[in-house]
Amino acid sequence: MSSPPSPYPSAVPLPGPIIETRNLQLWYGTTPALRGVSLSIQEKVVTALIGPSGCGKSTLLRCFNRMNDLIDRVRIDGECLIGGENIYAPEIDVIELRKRVGMVFQRSNPFPKSIFENVAYGCRLQGLKDRHELHSIVERSLRGAGLWDEVKDRLHESALSLSGGQQQRLCIARAIAIQPEIILMDEPASALDPMATARVEELILELKRDYSIVIVTHNMQQASRISDYTAFFYLGELIEYNETNRIFTNPEKKRTEDYVTGRFG
Amino acid sequence: MTHGRNSSRRTAGWGGIYRGHRARVGERLAEMGIFVVSLSAIALIFLIFLFVGREAWPILIQSDSVNSAAVQDVIPAVDLPKLSPEQIRAYLGIDAAQLDRMDSETIRELMLVREEAFASLPQSLQRDPDARLNTVRWRSLILPHQWAGYSRPEFIWQPIGEIHKYNIVPLLVGSLKTSLIGLAFAVPFALGAAIYVSQIARPRLREWLKPAVELLSGIPSVVMGSFALIVMATVLQRFFGYETRLNAFVAGIALGMAVIPIVFSIAEDALTSVPRSFIQAALALGASEWQAAWQIALPAALPGVFAGVVLGFGRAVGETMIVLLVCSASVMSWNIFDSARSITTTIAAEMAEAVAGNHHYRVLFLLGTILFAVTFVTNLLGDIFIHRLKRRLEGKQ
Repeated sequence: MSSPPSPYPSAVPLPGPIIETRNLQLWYGTTPALRGVSLSIQEKVVTALIGPSGCGKSTLLRCFNRMNDLIDRVRIDGECLIGGENIYAPEIDVIELRKRVGMVFQRSNPFPKSIFENVAYGCRLQGLKDRHELHSIVERSLRGAGLWDEVKDRLHESALSLSGGQQQRLCIARAIAIQPEIILMDEPASALDPMATARVEELILELKRDYSIVIVTHNMQQASRISDYTAFFYLGELIEYNETNRIFTNPEKKRTEDYVTGRFG
Repeated sequence: MTHGRNSSRRTAGWGGIYRGHRARVGERLAEMGIFVVSLSAIALIFLIFLFVGREAWPILIQSDSVNSAAVQDVIPAVDLPKLSPEQIRAYLGIDAAQLDRMDSETIRELMLVREEAFASLPQSLQRDPDARLNTVRWRSLILPHQWAGYSRPEFIWQPIGEIHKYNIVPLLVGSLKTSLIGLAFAVPFALGAAIYVSQIARPRLREWLKPAVELLSGIPSVVMGSFALIVMATVLQRFFGYETRLNAFVAGIALGMAVIPIVFSIAEDALTSVPRSFIQAALALGASEWQAAWQIALPAALPGVFAGVVLGFGRAVGETMIVLLVCSASVMSWNIFDSARSITTTIAAEMAEAVAGNHHYRVLFLLGTILFAVTFVTNLLGDIFIHRLKRRLEGKQ
């Protein structure tokens, strides 16, 4: 396969994993949160990170778009490569990184602005001003998040007037509006009711056609329903990483089996 | 029973759940006490307003008993029998109760005193039409008047001399001018500092900056005023090169320095209470910290920021000492490099010299009433605006 070098390195299909960590270690102050995690995440699949509270799965997720930078006294060691680039190299522009690694948070956090402005915000940040173009991006993103039909008549109402499930899908629409390559999801359905959770899960399955998705979840059934690969963490260490059905039906490690069968956690 | 200790205090059966079995007297007393205290604040404001309004009342209703005319037409004492009680009261400037206490001899004496007083006035004043004006009429209080010797109608506050000129417009303009300059200076600084401290600064720096700015509010205004009078006035004149050294601009800047900590403190609190999740969402979309602060945190904190600005305006309008020290010539001019005399300054400087109950005294209380009304209306409008803004942000239209 020989394609000409593109100015946008990620536009060409990447050989190998899209995210790769090598002996990644992280401390909050003096408390270790990740103890040497080495993990390869594949492109355009859903990878679930599971494990009991405090196991470091959310911390690892936040390493991928460097949201941990916001926390004081965080120290990181080891390598984290995205598309083959070490994102902790000093010459990396965090802002550019975050434009390509989107994130959906545990609690839906739409801005106190209109629905339209919420979705358009990321594009506005990149300097897009054209009303028509913005509108088509907003429509495409809301359709992508399965929210268009519900909100198309009230795009200019406050996003906070939406229900919890709608707000979370709005956050997904907001994340995909800037067309990232990777979407990180930090327990995106943990604050939603079962119906809204089902909608979000369906959406994730649709999104993996276009995006690589890494999702942190506490819900084992959710991980088994939507993910292709699952990584199990315990006390800051990666215990086992494999195809999801292997993890849930025939795990190699005793501790994984105990966790996925509900014996501890 | 698992609740062994509690069950010993329980009554047998369910009768004990009725109120009054163990009435929480202490709590209820404390609650009532707090309620009374909170009411007393409202009562106090009301009483102050009542007091100020009562002293200004004769001016507000334009009662005949208040008359500042230097020369009043003389009715010869011999005409007393022809006058009605109302005419006598208006002529002598007394109220009905005072009139009741006087016999006709006393009234005749008073009228004679008026005749003598008129006769002793200089000829020039006797002939001056301005001297017959009652300058506490609304017309004179608010509209310009062409005084003898002036080439055009002017707004003049000059409560001394033979003819007292009580036009309050220069004072309103003075207050507005200095306050607006103060706000225009203070708001950008305070807001910038609030955004920086709440959104950008690292926690350790923040712990230093916040108290430092707030310390500014601890400086007594008389110290701030003296500093402005002696140091800032000179520095600013050298820098801007205007003519009058002490002017509304210097006063406004000094006012602004007194207002900064108020606006800063409230705006900073409002910005800090914007949920971190908004900021994180913006950063995750590729916003820089400044973009997240300016485009997300600030709009979300706008109600609180605006409340700070309203409070700052109230402080600027109400501040007395700084303007009193820096400038106090009551010139009618919108030029910020001219002097100004604010409402509060006028009250502070003249109240002690005004004779209780006379027209000057009444006009000063009228100014107090206006000040009260302005602050009240500003706060009310601010509150309504903040309320609407909040509802809009929360999506309840």
